[in-house]
Amino acid sequence: MIALLIRDLRLAVRAGGGFGLGLSFFLIVVVLVPFGVGPESGLLSTIAPGILWLGALLACLLSLDRILALDWEDGSLDLLATAPLPMEAIVSIKSLAHWITTGLPLVLAAPVLGLLLNLPDAGYGPLVLSLLIGTPALSVIGTFGAALTVGLKRGGLLLSLLVLPLYVPTLIFGAEMARRSIEGMDATPPLLMLAGITCGTIALLPFASAAVLRVNLR
Amino acid sequence: MELNVSDLSVSRGGIAVLEGLSFSILEGEALVLRGPNGSGKTTLLRTIAGLQPPLRGTIGLEREAMAYAGHSDGIKSVLTVRENLQFWADVFETGAIDPALQAFDLSALENRPAGGLSAGQKRRLGLARMVVSGRPVWVLDEPTVSLDLASVAMFAEAVRAHLAAGGLALLATHIDLGLSEARMLDVTPFKAIPPEIDDFDGDFL
Amino acid sequence: MGSIWEYANPKKFIATTDKVLPWVSLLALVALVGGLVWGFFFTPDDYKQGSTVKIIYLHVPSALMAINVWIMMLVASLIWIVRRHHVSALAAKAAAPIGATMTLIALITGAIWGQPMWGTWWEWDPRLTSFLILFLFYLGYMALWSAIENDDTAADLTSILCLVGSVFALLSRYAVNFWNQGLHQGASLSMDKEENVADVFYYPLLLSIAGFILLFIALVFLRTQTEIRARRMRALLARERMS
Repeated sequence: MIALLIRDLRLAVRAGGGFGLGLSFFLIVVVLVPFGVGPESGLLSTIAPGILWLGALLACLLSLDRILALDWEDGSLDLLATAPLPMEAIVSIKSLAHWITTGLPLVLAAPVLGLLLNLPDAGYGPLVLSLLIGTPALSVIGTFGAALTVGLKRGGLLLSLLVLPLYVPTLIFGAEMARRSIEGMDATPPLLMLAGITCGTIALLPFASAAVLRVNLR
Repeated sequence: MELNVSDLSVSRGGIAVLEGLSFSILEGEALVLRGPNGSGKTTLLRTIAGLQPPLRGTIGLEREAMAYAGHSDGIKSVLTVRENLQFWADVFETGAIDPALQAFDLSALENRPAGGLSAGQKRRLGLARMVVSGRPVWVLDEPTVSLDLASVAMFAEAVRAHLAAGGLALLATHIDLGLSEARMLDVTPFKAIPPEIDDFDGDFL
Repeated sequence: MGSIWEYANPKKFIATTDKVLPWVSLLALVALVGGLVWGFFFTPDDYKQGSTVKIIYLHVPSALMAINVWIMMLVASLIWIVRRHHVSALAAKAAAPIGATMTLIALITGAIWGQPMWGTWWEWDPRLTSFLILFLFYLGYMALWSAIENDDTAADLTSILCLVGSVFALLSRYAVNFWNQGLHQGASLSMDKEENVADVFYYPLLLSIAGFILLFIALVFLRTQTEIRARRMRALLARERMS
């Protein structure tokens, strides 16, 4: 299992596109927002947590089809399926690799981009915390979507259509937590819900992803 | 160790392609499947390798006994030859890869990125994976595609060594490998005959 | 008469539904026309909401169906996963567009009702938002069905999506509630009706709900028959190609 994780990380680093692409996309979304809504700093700081969450979510979405499609195309997925690893472990590792290469850089970049959007001081900690807790769920849910669409020629658009509704609860609780902290309200309930969703998806969704992947491989 | 396949029927896209296949392979034996394109050899091999469930019938061994090599080798072009092979050795938890590299004459290329290899060299790398898998039953689908004569001989040698060590091999190929001890099985007679159309059931047929 | 699983045989299903379909359709027509005419023309205006309240006879039944159709699809998907009855998977496929239409009707009638009442066509109210999300789930489900060529693969994948989607739809409902307390009035119907709408509105409403349910049953039977025949045609074509 460690071997698979190391291989996936190595592939992401060497092939490029993985790390950089998501981050640049995140940056561009954040830069474009003020052009759309105007440069007024009060408005920007109000919407900053939401925009940062949305940007992270979209950047994550952008790289989802790489989780499984590359391995599908070159036949590795067939070979992995016959290897002594359970399919559930394979998809879990794939999610983890995706999170490390996409989710984690987004979390680390968020405070810097927060500066651009005039994020209030009280918001930095909670925002980073909410992203740190929430983005693993995005990767795991995304792996499920990637497994559903892996055999399809032009699965990218369908993947977004399938995955985005599944992202709703994570987005709501994540952004809500950051927003409540900024407004000085109690942010514990959304934090707990967000953590609950992340734990739940990590524990259960790999079974669905593995089942779906087995169907697609046969 | 013995692979007993009895009354096996396999399907592609929900439709039976081969039915009533029975054969057994003993330790140290190789069986070569023959048959025209589209006759269902790939489907049969994928079923035996455990990638899809059989329609009917039984395959005597667990899928954990099989090492499968399909049409694509699953080679990552940005990793080196050694890294590619080492990955599979780690996954199969078998350890040393140098014998496999030597068997397929890849030692000189071991630090090159696999993306720079020729088609035949890639194929050899793909087949070297079978050696590092350490599994008793090799299930090979058209293993000699894009191999030159010398490489085919190299491959035949590897299969022979595997058989000598008590392994089994099931191959689909059109080329004569020079494996004198291998038996042949033509799958053409096992082509599934569609049932009569009168009353449609759960399979819509 | 044996077990109900007999009807999972496509042929048996078509034969049985052929017999039932005209009656269900007729009943649906009677109930719908009866309920709507009664509701629109023979009930008094609401003292607060005026005549706009009458859209309730479309809005409430379609909203109920929007949710119940998804639940029916969930049950059908589970039956497919557990018992592998093709008719079940095809019934789920057949129901999805109907459910999506119901959701759309509920959203549109809600907007038409909301405009005079709340002064806005759309409000990010939890109920409205949940329905919008439900609509997205329907769209994704249908898109997945149409994207995959192999029928059995499509049935497997969509049923798992339906299962996972149901959990996430519930989660979203909760999340949305948490995110914004809404304008929407409480449920118009519940077991103890005294707390909700008055009798004069209640009976025609029940009748139109019955009409919507019967309409759904008729449509689902018809569409499942179509799906079965289409599936049979694809199977025959595939068979032709093989031999």
